Amino acid sequence: MIIARILGTVVSTQKDERLHGKKLLIVRPINVDGSDTTGYVVAVDTVGAGYHERVLVVAGSSARLAQGLKDVPVDAAIVGVIDTVDVN
Amino acid sequence: MQLARVIGTVVATVKNDSLEGRKLLVVQTVDRNLEASGKPMVAIDSVGAGVGELVFWCRGKEASFPFKREDTPTDCTIVGIVDSEQHVTR
Repeated sequence: MIIARILGTVVSTQKDERLHGKKLLIVRPINVDGSDTTGYVVAVDTVGAGYHERVLVVAGSSARLAQGLKDVPVDAAIVGVIDTVDVN
Repeated sequence: MQLARVIGTVVATVKNDSLEGRKLLVVQTVDRNLEASGKPMVAIDSVGAGVGELVFWCRGKEASFPFKREDTPTDCTIVGIVDSEQHVTR
């Protein structure tokens, strides 16, 4: 899993019916010290995360294992809101 | 699978229900000389590893297999602890 910061939202009306009701957010992977990297990912939110929060993003087919995403066509899901990262 | 060093912990109170009770650790992949290479990642622990230990981890869908009976959304899981660094033959 990677640590990411929420940059914004995506609105999509015409989408796969299994994605109806799912919140789509733009996230940017960040380093463990909190500094930004480049690039972005569109991820489905499963925890109610908000703008600029640090979150845990799971990628690949494992994203479908999150509760509420069974058989949903996603490859990136936000599965946690990070309180602290403690690195020695 | 790859070797990695556990370098830290992550606390997340609000998380997906299927991650309830799982321990989150920061792992730094190491090369064959056990020196850091690549970016650290967040892994779920399935074996009781701690900070500073040398472990091996697997990525991808297989990372959820240690928790097979319950579907756990993870693409990075620690699946073993290396007994000692002398056991890594270079």
